[in-house]
Amino acid sequence: MKFKKKKNYVGVLSSVFAIFIGLMVGLVVLLLCNPSQALPGFATILSGAFTHGMRGVGQVFYYATPIILTGLSVGFAFKTGVFNIGTPGQFIMGGFGAVYVGIMWDQLGPVHWAAALLAAVVMGALWGLVPGVLKAYFNVNVVISCIMMNYIGMYLVNWVVRSYKPLFNTLRNESKNVAATAVIPKMGLDKVFPGSSVNGGIIIAILVVLLIYVILEKTIFGYELKAVGYNQDAGKYAGINEKRNVVLSMMIAGAIAGLAGGLLYLAGTGKHIEIKDVLASEGFTGISVALLGLSHPVGVLFAGLFIAYLTAGGFYLQLFEFSTEIIDIIVAVIIYFSAFALIVKTLLGKLKDKKAGKEGGNET
Amino acid sequence: MDYVIEMLHITKKFPGIIANDDITIQLKKGEIHALLGENGAGKSTLMSVLFGLYQPEEGTIKVKGREVKIKGPLDANALGIGMVHQHFKLVHNFTVLQNIVLGMETVEKGFLKMDDARKKVMELSRKYNLFIDPDALISDITVGMQQRVEILKMLYRDNEIMIFDEPTAVLTPQEIDELMQIMRNLTAEGKSILFITHKLNEIKAVADRCSVLRRGKYIGTVEVQDTTKDEMSEMMVGRKVNLTVDKSEAKPGDVVLEVENLSVDARQEGHTKKLVSSVSFQVRRGEIVCIAGIDGNGQTELVQAVTGLRGMSSGTVRINGEDVTKKNIRYRNTHGMSHIPEDRHKHGLVLDYNLAYNGVLQQYFGTEFQSHGFLKNDRIYEYAGKLISNFDIRSGEGAATITRSMSGGNQQKVIVAREILRPHDLLLAVQPTRGLDVGAIEYIHSELVKQRDNGSAILLVSLELDEVMNLSDRILVIFEGHIVAELNPKEVTVQELGLYMAGSKKEGKGNEV
Repeated sequence: MKFKKKKNYVGVLSSVFAIFIGLMVGLVVLLLCNPSQALPGFATILSGAFTHGMRGVGQVFYYATPIILTGLSVGFAFKTGVFNIGTPGQFIMGGFGAVYVGIMWDQLGPVHWAAALLAAVVMGALWGLVPGVLKAYFNVNVVISCIMMNYIGMYLVNWVVRSYKPLFNTLRNESKNVAATAVIPKMGLDKVFPGSSVNGGIIIAILVVLLIYVILEKTIFGYELKAVGYNQDAGKYAGINEKRNVVLSMMIAGAIAGLAGGLLYLAGTGKHIEIKDVLASEGFTGISVALLGLSHPVGVLFAGLFIAYLTAGGFYLQLFEFSTEIIDIIVAVIIYFSAFALIVKTLLGKLKDKKAGKEGGNET
Repeated sequence: MDYVIEMLHITKKFPGIIANDDITIQLKKGEIHALLGENGAGKSTLMSVLFGLYQPEEGTIKVKGREVKIKGPLDANALGIGMVHQHFKLVHNFTVLQNIVLGMETVEKGFLKMDDARKKVMELSRKYNLFIDPDALISDITVGMQQRVEILKMLYRDNEIMIFDEPTAVLTPQEIDELMQIMRNLTAEGKSILFITHKLNEIKAVADRCSVLRRGKYIGTVEVQDTTKDEMSEMMVGRKVNLTVDKSEAKPGDVVLEVENLSVDARQEGHTKKLVSSVSFQVRRGEIVCIAGIDGNGQTELVQAVTGLRGMSSGTVRINGEDVTKKNIRYRNTHGMSHIPEDRHKHGLVLDYNLAYNGVLQQYFGTEFQSHGFLKNDRIYEYAGKLISNFDIRSGEGAATITRSMSGGNQQKVIVAREILRPHDLLLAVQPTRGLDVGAIEYIHSELVKQRDNGSAILLVSLELDEVMNLSDRILVIFEGHIVAELNPKEVTVQELGLYMAGSKKEGKGNEV
């Protein structure tokens, strides 16, 4: 192969290393909480997702769908040089767009769900557009404006859902069910994974991952986005409109996160927009997924699946009277260590040096 | 023992290369010892070993005859070794005095006590004729003065062994002379100096002995007095080098670049400062026009305004007769302008892209390299192959090498190759040989002359007087944003040019060019 890219072995290795450390810390926590149950509990984390056979696998895909996309959103933005911490806001705005169209526009028939998803994408893009424009034309720090947009999005959605009668389920303090036509079709996955919540969303998510991969790696648009992301000044020197690129990349990132929200709230699994003053956790999990997946679209896909797998397994920890928060601790430790790629690199380097030293018989 | 530092049989390997292969350097007390070598010859690695940043696989370091193990810069400092880095390590909004004592402040009950420090600094400054003002802010003093602050930092720490890493790169000719004098004073007081450079003139002027490295190997140590410049450059490059540029008489043709009344203002904290004030000039086909000046006199801003990287406050720029003042960078790039930028890392390269992708930085959107928005990777790599073979670019993995991992000289070659191979009428070359070794400089100079003879108009910006004198057909001297003289390189001496650049001499006829 002539164009073989240099593989990022160190990066992949550091992710594997981080996962290992994270799991070990999880084991220690389990041991501290309840030594007698720790080992079976640990085994459950690793294999729990398969407890109910194919149904469990289906659940993993279901959990993975939104976080793959929010991870992709963060990862994509990261590759293009901006830190999109606004995924919770974009996610909830996307979810709101989908729910609104899903409830209100019920005469659309078979394209109803697609229209609702489109609304999710547009709302998410809008929420990404604002920090993008602020960054490009007024040099406002993306992180700050994104955090602001998160809260604006959350409170705006709470307010609109609560005050707009057709959307609001007063009994349960959440949004109403979307119309049956707006629920994402199963696309045959219910046959493969009977009894699980999985739906066509995972297929859409994987297609979006592939699309983003192709855009980033194969097109001149991706070439420009990455060039500006790696080095804005060089992008300008090359005659690329770097301001426009910042805006576009934030818009696309927002659109992906919005789609994540749409897919979750249109899943038809009893998930509704609840009126709580909490930022969408799926958004923040996206940052973890992106870090673990090294911001690479395919890496993000596997990282999302992995974290979903742990979450699914962790659900069964309750059987051993452990709380499921232990999974969150493990994921947190994994992320913590995956951010230390450099340490891993030096550690590996030192190991190698030592080996070489021994072989060479170097006495100093 | 005569030697204050001995680095004996140092070998340092990195994956794939041997950066230092059995190198021995011995520094005598009170001498100026030059360390000469091309980029990538292993000078920096050797100094990093001396500072404990790298541990050598083989070899020993002796200080004053005693074998030592240096684990980090603090160890080196404790042994009396200090260094003036190429890029100064100063805090810009601190005063001179604060910078000097930084890291070893004298305190009393937790409060700073500067009186003693001030006395010591002033004494040292007087003793070595450094003439510094201890209360000036670093950001307000010249680069030459900043360098003296660095020297004072070493003196303040009682360092006996001083390393100067390419100290003259940023100085004017007059400042260089002064630095040489300071170095002589230092050695007269018993300090020992290791002088890293690839400028042979300076070695001849000031060094006692010279050790030469080539591609990680130790070539030899010579007495500077008994060795000619040609011999030293041959040792360094491994072949005979042509130190002067061969070029025929310029045959200027049509005007390609026309700059009229160009001004650039800087707005800072409410007041405006003219960085470039109504500069006008022309560059014709087949000539090399050089803008000479000391760094920071507006040449950077002038070129950025011409290329479109920076806005201008007034004036017009015409390329091939067409007014491009309001056109964007892409338009200028595709209408005859090639630009070798001043800062290859900031503007010239996307360091995380590989060589091939950097090779098409301004052309990827052309039909040659894309169809329907998709990159034609095979074409891009093919083109990179052309750059590599035409310009002898060396890299670990050919076109797929990430440019960040390449040596500075080869990075610069990528840019030069890209800009020369692109179709162009005008070539803006800003410090095209900065930080490069003699071999690469020779090569780039001959390429520029070749481009000139092929009918390009070349605007060269350079801080190197030798380069200005050797290469240009006309010299425009810029001082504080004004063009103060137009000179013919054949009729002016280096000393005269230096005076123009320092602003102490002006041409009567103003900036009419």
